[in-house]
Amino acid sequence: MKNKFWKPWILLSPSLTAVFFLLVIPICFVIVYSFWLRAPNGQDIPAFQFGNYAKFFADFFYPSILLTTLRVALETVILCLVLGYIPAYFFYKTESRFKPFLMILVMLPFWISFIIRTLSWINILGDSGLINHLLLKFNIISSPLAMLYNEGAVIMGLLQYLLPFMILNIYVSLDGIDKSLAEAAKSLGCTEWQAFKEVTLPLSLPGVSAGCLLVFVLTCGTYLPPMILGGPGNEMIANLIFKRIIGTLDWPFGSAISTILMLLLMVIVYTYNRYMGINQIFKTLSNES
Amino acid sequence: MKKLISGWSLIKIFTFLVYVWMFIPIIAVVILSFNPQQFGSFPMEGFSFKWYVKLSHNSTILEAFKNSLVLGSCTAVLATAFGVPAAMAFIRYEFRGKEFLNTLLIAPIMVPEVVLGVALLLFIRWLQQPKSFALLLIGHVVLTLPYVLLIVQARLVGIKKEYEEAALSLGANPFQTFREITFPLLAPAILAGMLFAFTISFDDVTATLFWATAQNQTVPVKIFGMLRNSISPEINALGAVMIVLTVSMPLLAGYLSRRFARGNHKT
Repeated sequence: MKNKFWKPWILLSPSLTAVFFLLVIPICFVIVYSFWLRAPNGQDIPAFQFGNYAKFFADFFYPSILLTTLRVALETVILCLVLGYIPAYFFYKTESRFKPFLMILVMLPFWISFIIRTLSWINILGDSGLINHLLLKFNIISSPLAMLYNEGAVIMGLLQYLLPFMILNIYVSLDGIDKSLAEAAKSLGCTEWQAFKEVTLPLSLPGVSAGCLLVFVLTCGTYLPPMILGGPGNEMIANLIFKRIIGTLDWPFGSAISTILMLLLMVIVYTYNRYMGINQIFKTLSNES
Repeated sequence: MKKLISGWSLIKIFTFLVYVWMFIPIIAVVILSFNPQQFGSFPMEGFSFKWYVKLSHNSTILEAFKNSLVLGSCTAVLATAFGVPAAMAFIRYEFRGKEFLNTLLIAPIMVPEVVLGVALLLFIRWLQQPKSFALLLIGHVVLTLPYVLLIVQARLVGIKKEYEEAALSLGANPFQTFREITFPLLAPAILAGMLFAFTISFDDVTATLFWATAQNQTVPVKIFGMLRNSISPEINALGAVMIVLTVSMPLLAGYLSRRFARGNHKT
């Protein structure tokens, strides 16, 4: 087999070439561009200066959007965790013959268009949406409640998008735990709750943290829920990038914001990898199909 | 013991509520698409296929559907053509830098899509190429490649190397071995990878909005454009069509792979 050392490289070359030219190099371009200047006439001038970064941190406007992004991401992670752990635990424990069917249902949203899932909340939360319609019909309120175009609505959209990721990450972790461990704890005198708290919960933490990281990263990089369900004050960092690049064509500044976002996420992912190992996420993702 | 049972039923009820919460908006889209009213909202006043008929006469939407289907299919084929050999390399061979390269190829999942969108667009702009179908295609291949790789790798780990070695020792060349042994065993994963790639490509909007042009609009991009003037019953109808289309995919795949597996078993 010694003379075959080149074989894996032949097999790998198409994907490596693609990722190198279509991901690595373009991202380097973003970083390089973030130091360029934008002339008043809209032309980009090659340069090496930190003006774009200075502009970002010049006043509180841009950093506050960054803070909003982090706050929304954190809120989404916490809600996803609460809403996701219990169904995941249910799948782990249940002996129902409908389990495969229920699992498919959880994965179904992966296959439903993100934009449809996001805008579908307008039908529920809008002035003439389902909730207001029912509340008005039963005379609980006299005028529609304003539930759309605020942070709550944005988080609803994000949860809808991200909850399946969380449930699956936790479930894969739980599924690897030998059920007899909790039984052993109970036979030694633990209550059901103690057995869960002392045995099952700690063993499921890799999945929990993988889910949290994935949800956090995906929240930071999305602009659709704030755009469709949010109001003017709910912009997130990705909305800013979208506006700068597509709206005002300010490539250097847009690149600088992108670089800041990447740096921020790199720090988070790096810290995570240091303590938890990134492989857990990939393990779950390969189970998704 | 009584307390334990009530705890478990609480878990059941909570899980049920999460399901309700997850599916009510989607069901509402489908129901409202049959509302003949001008505004796509409750209450329902009758039942009609009016918006579907209107949709089928809208040539820009049909065009977008065609674009999406072509793009999704091309993406699925290319991503698998790239991903399967790479998965073979990672699972069947030992070489230096394997871990690093595997992480690199899966990295696009962890790169925020908005950055991916900006990066590729910037690069194309620097090359002074116009936005085109090719840009969308290569972008979608990068987006979907990691998923294909993960799915195929996971399956390949479960296929014993000995089968391939036996074929080789009986005189088959590496290509014959792949065609006769590895490929049939791997086929369900390849199919799953292709479907996953197709669906991701078909549904993607975050990065696609950066890359699409007026001529190359996909369905989600078209919906995004229509949303500017608030939600209409036509959007609900289009959404319902998309839901039925993409949801039937995995179900079809499950059915096909089961049939395929049975067929293999016989021979």
